[in-house]
Amino acid sequence: MERTIYREIKATRQVWGLAIILAGFVAGSLAAFFYVEHHGHIVTGMNNRIVWGLPHVFAIFLIVAASGALNVASIASVFDQKVYKPMARLSAVIAMALLIGGLVILVLDLGRPDRIIIAATVYNFSSIFAWNLILYTGFLGIVGAYLFAQMSKDVPYATTRKIGLLAFVWRLALTTGTGSIFGWLVARPGYDAAIMAPMFIAMSFAFGLAMFLLLTATLLRLSDRVIGDALMHRLGRLLAVFIAAVLYFTVVRHLTNLYTAEHAGFEYFTLIGGGIYTWLFWLGQVLIGGLVPLALLLLPGFGKSPKTPLVASVLVVIGGFAQVYVIVIGGQAYPMELFPGYEITSGSGLGGIANYSPSLPELALGLGGVAVALLAVGVGTKVLRILPTTLSDANIGQDPL
Amino acid sequence: MILFFRLALLCAVAFGAGSLAAQERSSLLPDIPAATGEPHAEGNAFWRRNHMDLMSHDRDLTLRDGDREIDASLKGCFDCHTAKDEAGQIVTYESEQHFCRSCHEYVAVKVDCFMCHRSTPDGVDEHALQAAFLPRKPLDSADIQGVIVYLNQNASKPAEAGQ
Amino acid sequence: MKVPTLKGADISRRDFLRSGAAVATATLAPGVTLMAFGGSEAEAAADAGKRWGLLIDANKCDADCDACVSACSTENGWKGEGNPETDAQWIRKITLQNTSTGREVTMPMMCQHCEEPPCVDVCPTGASFKRVDGIVLVDKHTCIGCRYCMMACPFDARSFIHEPVINQKSHAPRGKGTVESCTLCVHRIDKGGRPACAEACEATGHEAIIFGDLKDPESDISKRLAKFPSVALRPDLDLNPGVRYTNL
Ligand code: SF4
Ligand code: SF4
Repeated sequence: MERTIYREIKATRQVWGLAIILAGFVAGSLAAFFYVEHHGHIVTGMNNRIVWGLPHVFAIFLIVAASGALNVASIASVFDQKVYKPMARLSAVIAMALLIGGLVILVLDLGRPDRIIIAATVYNFSSIFAWNLILYTGFLGIVGAYLFAQMSKDVPYATTRKIGLLAFVWRLALTTGTGSIFGWLVARPGYDAAIMAPMFIAMSFAFGLAMFLLLTATLLRLSDRVIGDALMHRLGRLLAVFIAAVLYFTVVRHLTNLYTAEHAGFEYFTLIGGGIYTWLFWLGQVLIGGLVPLALLLLPGFGKSPKTPLVASVLVVIGGFAQVYVIVIGGQAYPMELFPGYEITSGSGLGGIANYSPSLPELALGLGGVAVALLAVGVGTKVLRILPTTLSDANIGQDPL
Repeated sequence: MILFFRLALLCAVAFGAGSLAAQERSSLLPDIPAATGEPHAEGNAFWRRNHMDLMSHDRDLTLRDGDREIDASLKGCFDCHTAKDEAGQIVTYESEQHFCRSCHEYVAVKVDCFMCHRSTPDGVDEHALQAAFLPRKPLDSADIQGVIVYLNQNASKPAEAGQ
Repeated sequence: MKVPTLKGADISRRDFLRSGAAVATATLAPGVTLMAFGGSEAEAAADAGKRWGLLIDANKCDADCDACVSACSTENGWKGEGNPETDAQWIRKITLQNTSTGREVTMPMMCQHCEEPPCVDVCPTGASFKRVDGIVLVDKHTCIGCRYCMMACPFDARSFIHEPVINQKSHAPRGKGTVESCTLCVHRIDKGGRPACAEACEATGHEAIIFGDLKDPESDISKRLAKFPSVALRPDLDLNPGVRYTNL
């Protein structure tokens, strides 16, 4: 096992090409932002019932994935797994970048983004939202310090480990906080569940690792560096565990809901009669994001191929978007039970399943946020020594397959 | 920020000395519409300097505590401070002649009051007025030249803020 | 007498140095000022000894009448652009059908002015707030338009302003990008009046909306509440709303 050497990625034509494409997406999101800012949210698909739309799906996916992307670093320093160490820096950078991307979307979607200074200075401490803002900024600070500690020669390893532990605890709090944004909405049958918080943690593990795998593989490819087959396989196995955890919490959540009478209607909506939401749940979340990648990773035939974890990651990301969509939008579309025993036959928009069709500006805004995150990772690895020159099995001390 | 303070100072000086040299500089000074009603007991200088604090203070009293016996409200301002255009129509914030805008534009301080508040007295229809409104003339290089000359003149003089 | 300096930070809410007082201190003797000022304050401010509420009688509400809705719209200057999904809806007429008996009831619904308002709990900036007399409002000067309050409100009582607005009423400012809901006509209440919907309903002769002080046992609303059965919507959430319904 040799010492890991970290080097900046080179600005090849390919790298520039990708950067330009990403910049295009960022420009698109800015255009969408000014468009919505000028006309008001009337030009989006959002309305008084679906108040959080597609941008929030993107933002929440990115924020959830951000804390999960830190896992690799945590495993390395908190759980002292040597094999993961060379990837720890990258893991921290990706975590910060994904969080920034998500926050950018949230801010740009505000009704009054010009007042962001108010959000940053006036806190209502009974609001879980305000706590989240603190968790987010804290996360950026702590992970930044963690990255610095890893990269600095002067910081003793013991200190780095301590910061790593703090970052680990903080990321758990962050995901719990994100889940609680929904968990606290007691009036809504789709959200009112204590299991929301642990489920978000499981989701963050899976989404975060999937994003990490995809980004790492891309960056290594772009800079002609290798990643060992056995390491890939190992990460794939880890991903399989996380996917299983998400599936487990999904099953538990829906089973417990089925046993509580007041949630039966919502369960019927998600599982059987909810149209697009039912499709997204079964096809998107369960099949594409769960069972298929799980099977790919665990089946003896596919499981060994170094490509499989990447394919599985793509599926997990797609399934993850579907899952967040069902949670965020499906949860709002299903009406709140205002009058038990009565049906609202007319109510100027009250009652019934709420309509929502996402609009182009919303999509542009969401994709722009993803592009910001990816660009940030690219810039990070370009200017800092983040990416190891090689992740071959021999080099990192991973036993070959 | 520095530019902002400089402009604010300029504004204060201009108000103080405005009447003296109005002739020469009339194109550079804000054209503040004449008010009706009783003048402020504290004097115009006090209100020019403090109106924003007074208004945000009083708005919290009204909104949060339900205290409506206050003086500094937009509605109150418009009792006396409305501007009329050439045709004698009261103008909205869309017009550069609007009382608030005439000076705020001059000192480059953006206000967003009128995203939520009406910019005319109750009963003066904003819809009808804005439909008739024509886009304002953009700032041209002569305007900018003038401001620079004025600022330079002023910087060499000792500040004699007119408070 | 010292001339007051009014720098932003020096002005705290509820201090005696209001702009009105500043006029007086500059012109009158201090003693006179303070007395005149103290006298007006007690009447002017929201009173913690009161809790304003509405009692809505679903039996008296007429299915074909929407006097309360149009009165609110006229009073507060909001109106529909023809799309109930994105329009402002401070108050709506809703019709319910009992799923087992088929009986229909109709009644107005608006912000319930909860005593434990979820919208206030979740608002990150404190823009959603409850006055001491129980009226729940949005301070549009600090609302950032995040819509978390709309997620939290159990009654879909709030509207997000989706389009630029002009020609607002000067007593009911509202603008694009912020959230709004029924104010219980707070501008009228502060002057001793009652909400426009209650007034309009009475004018039609239905008298389905009664306004009053829930803390005053002698008020009409309290007496009725004491005498007849009534419900709070979503009693499972323990919100203790200021709006109550009877004959549902
Ligand atoms: S009804 Fe909704 S908006 Fe009104 S106080 Fe209750 S939670 Fe807030
Ligand atoms: S939309 Fe405005 S009032 Fe509602 S929670 Fe956000 S900041 Fe508060």
